[in-house]
Amino acid sequence: MKKSIIAAAVLAGGMIMSGQAMAAKTLVYCSEGSPEGFDASLYTAGTTFDASANAMFDGLVNFKTGTTEVLPGVAESWTVSEDGKELTFKLRAGVKFHTTKGFTPTRDLNADDIIFSFNRQMDKEDPYYKAANGKFEYFNAMDMASLIKDIVRVDDMTVKFVLDHAEAPIIANMAMAFASIQSAEYGAQLVKENKIGDMNQKPVGTGPFQFVGYKKDSVIRYAKNTAYWGEQPKIDNLVFSITTDASVRYQKMKAGECHVMPFPNPADVAEIRKAEGITLMQQEGLNVGYLAYNTEKEKFKDVRVRKALNYAINKNAIKDVVFNGEATVAKNPIPPTIWSYNTSIVDDSYDVEKAKALLKEAGVSGFKTNIWAMPVQRPYNPDAKKMAELIQSDWAKIGVEAEIVTFEWGEYLKRSKAGEHDTVLLGWTGDNGDPDNFLRVLLGCMAKESGSNRARWCNDDFEALLQAALITDVPVVRSALYEKAQQIFKREAPWATIAHSTVFMPVSDKVTGYKIDPLGGHFFHNVDLK
Amino acid sequence: MFSFLFRRMLVLIPTYIGITLAAFAFIHVIPGDPILIMAGERGLPPEKYAELMHAFGYDQPLWKQYLDYIGQLLQGDFGNSFVTGRPVLEEFFELFPATLELSFFALFFALLIGIPAGIYAAVRRGTIFDHSLMTISLTGFSMPLFWWALLLIVFFSGYLGWTPVSGRISALYFFDTPTGFMLIDSLLSDEEGAFKSAVMHLILPAVALGTIPMATFARQSRSAMLETLSEDFIKTARAKGLSPFKVTMAHAFRNALIPIVTVIGLSVGVLLGGAILTETIFSWPGIGKWMVDSIFRRDYPVVQGGLILIATIVIIVNLTVDMLYGIIDPRIRKEGH
Repeated sequence: MKKSIIAAAVLAGGMIMSGQAMAAKTLVYCSEGSPEGFDASLYTAGTTFDASANAMFDGLVNFKTGTTEVLPGVAESWTVSEDGKELTFKLRAGVKFHTTKGFTPTRDLNADDIIFSFNRQMDKEDPYYKAANGKFEYFNAMDMASLIKDIVRVDDMTVKFVLDHAEAPIIANMAMAFASIQSAEYGAQLVKENKIGDMNQKPVGTGPFQFVGYKKDSVIRYAKNTAYWGEQPKIDNLVFSITTDASVRYQKMKAGECHVMPFPNPADVAEIRKAEGITLMQQEGLNVGYLAYNTEKEKFKDVRVRKALNYAINKNAIKDVVFNGEATVAKNPIPPTIWSYNTSIVDDSYDVEKAKALLKEAGVSGFKTNIWAMPVQRPYNPDAKKMAELIQSDWAKIGVEAEIVTFEWGEYLKRSKAGEHDTVLLGWTGDNGDPDNFLRVLLGCMAKESGSNRARWCNDDFEALLQAALITDVPVVRSALYEKAQQIFKREAPWATIAHSTVFMPVSDKVTGYKIDPLGGHFFHNVDLK
Repeated sequence: MFSFLFRRMLVLIPTYIGITLAAFAFIHVIPGDPILIMAGERGLPPEKYAELMHAFGYDQPLWKQYLDYIGQLLQGDFGNSFVTGRPVLEEFFELFPATLELSFFALFFALLIGIPAGIYAAVRRGTIFDHSLMTISLTGFSMPLFWWALLLIVFFSGYLGWTPVSGRISALYFFDTPTGFMLIDSLLSDEEGAFKSAVMHLILPAVALGTIPMATFARQSRSAMLETLSEDFIKTARAKGLSPFKVTMAHAFRNALIPIVTVIGLSVGVLLGGAILTETIFSWPGIGKWMVDSIFRRDYPVVQGGLILIATIVIIVNLTVDMLYGIIDPRIRKEGH
């Protein structure tokens, strides 16, 4: 009585079903959680992006799978004006939005769609802005509203972004999930039908897969978009089987109930490595875990004190204990997978005697302080409390007595933002693969005001380099500037850089072509099944 | 019977005021607000934060937020989820059948095994069977559900490969679910093998969730039976020459039913509580998992609405149990006349 939706989707894709159903290739991905919705602009969680933007949408530009390199998306090319304040995108012809049960596009993608996708996130009069109460989290967090002054429709297939100031990373921002291109036509239809919320529940994109259905907290189903402008996906159906418990995910993997799973339980890693029929892929994560010294507090104003504390920390022990050995000790504030990573930097190695000598030189003989430890597990720090305990005992060896402090997560973020801490454990996962997204967000002078610079450190030389790197879009020049900035960072030691965690990805041997995305997303359009 | 019901209903008014207040207070006592949690490490510009707090009304004094919420509730509006933007009631009714299905079969399993075992142990008091049953049920009762569920998965799904690991049905099936009950929907779907897949997926979670109630039922029916079996009327029945089966079932069991029905009623609360853990482990898309996610995201409307709806279910069940007493034991409904 009820026709299989898969069959319906295949039919909709224009295939002819003979009496016998074709053997469809279905890849099952055991995802770690439920998406909050399917309109990526409203959210910041990677789980949501995987289910929305990464599977079903394109940006003006896209990241090349497995890299942070930016490739043309629905824009086939772009130019930047000399002063860096105007970006002009030439759109690709013949890009089709998905045809779904509720929507049949009457035209291909054009400039109106681009303008709609951004305006709804910044125009307070836009019905979508009003419906969401302006809750466009990423757009807000990246402060895009004060960067984009205007979006001009040059012609049907050309759009110009007029910026308030030059900011080179904006091109990479355009590849991020929040900048996914939505259909203006679908948007208008939903407003007319008084169903604005459907944009978040029944998504229509231009990406390699299209939405078939979602059973809340259980399964998401996608079908191949046979009208995709780029290379066609090799699998016919993509299924997200939502499995929140990491150990259960692995059991499902072993039982052959899924082909790919993210975030294995660290305790299972050794076993997975030996498991038959499963390959454990791994890569350094695009993240950094750090301990920030509040440089506004009297005791941390002297760089020698900060350096001494850095020398006193045994980072290899932290790596072994907190990360089960599966991490890279960090020496720079950006991870090695990001361009401009300065390989020549020498880390503050573990040296208790040197630490003691530096403290003596600074005229400090032991003091009391605190270490704030996060109450939650994050990719860059699986156990902040344990990490804090290790640092506490390391510092005790040089006569520094540290008390461990923790708060509920929201409170922790709020208070550390206000600078109530002496030292605080935190970290960062990159958004767009641009060094600016680490350095300026976490260590820039503006970020000191907004609070995301937990060291409350503002160094003129460092800041000048970051600003210079913003207004040029020549990669070699930018890279050189950031490399220099990392030298200043190491010299001034506003943080103890702790580690970059390793990302693991158990993948069934039946799967080919899967690549770990350095930005933490999970993409399946180049994947095939044996 | 009518006035009995009426009196019970009257008590509901203060109960409900208490429930809404508790639900509201509970989530607001936890520090952090949904906007802060959503922004995470990235944070928000302060003016944007203030704009959002205002837009969602979270900058109002708590008493005003509470009164507004009650006003909304009285109009039957549970509000929309802060995270998904969908009406709380809609999400609840989408997910509740999954919890109901799981709880029903867990209860079924618990009754099917627990009560006969308890009765038998009482009849065979002091035998090896009695002692081992009591030991097993004590173990079942004290077993951490989380650990027990994982153990079942590792053994039956991982080692033996008899049952699927998690979910309600194989991820390869995808059909409309008009009733929300997977066993019914899979039958309606015309998909080959769907029903079997749904049944196989139900076994482990139902056993895991049913274990604690089963142990409780076994112990309760044993002690209730022991008590009635020592009553004079049983001796009379035996003296009349009735068969042991008839004495046990028709005379003793019927009189032992009241305490048993009471624990069954009370176990609904236990089942819903256990469903939170069971659903999380078995990726069972019910209201337990929904509530847990919402607490972490500080999704105020969902947590408040969810607590009130769950409390309503527990109240309805307890009311039904009270009425059942009346049927089983006419003395109760005459009380107060």
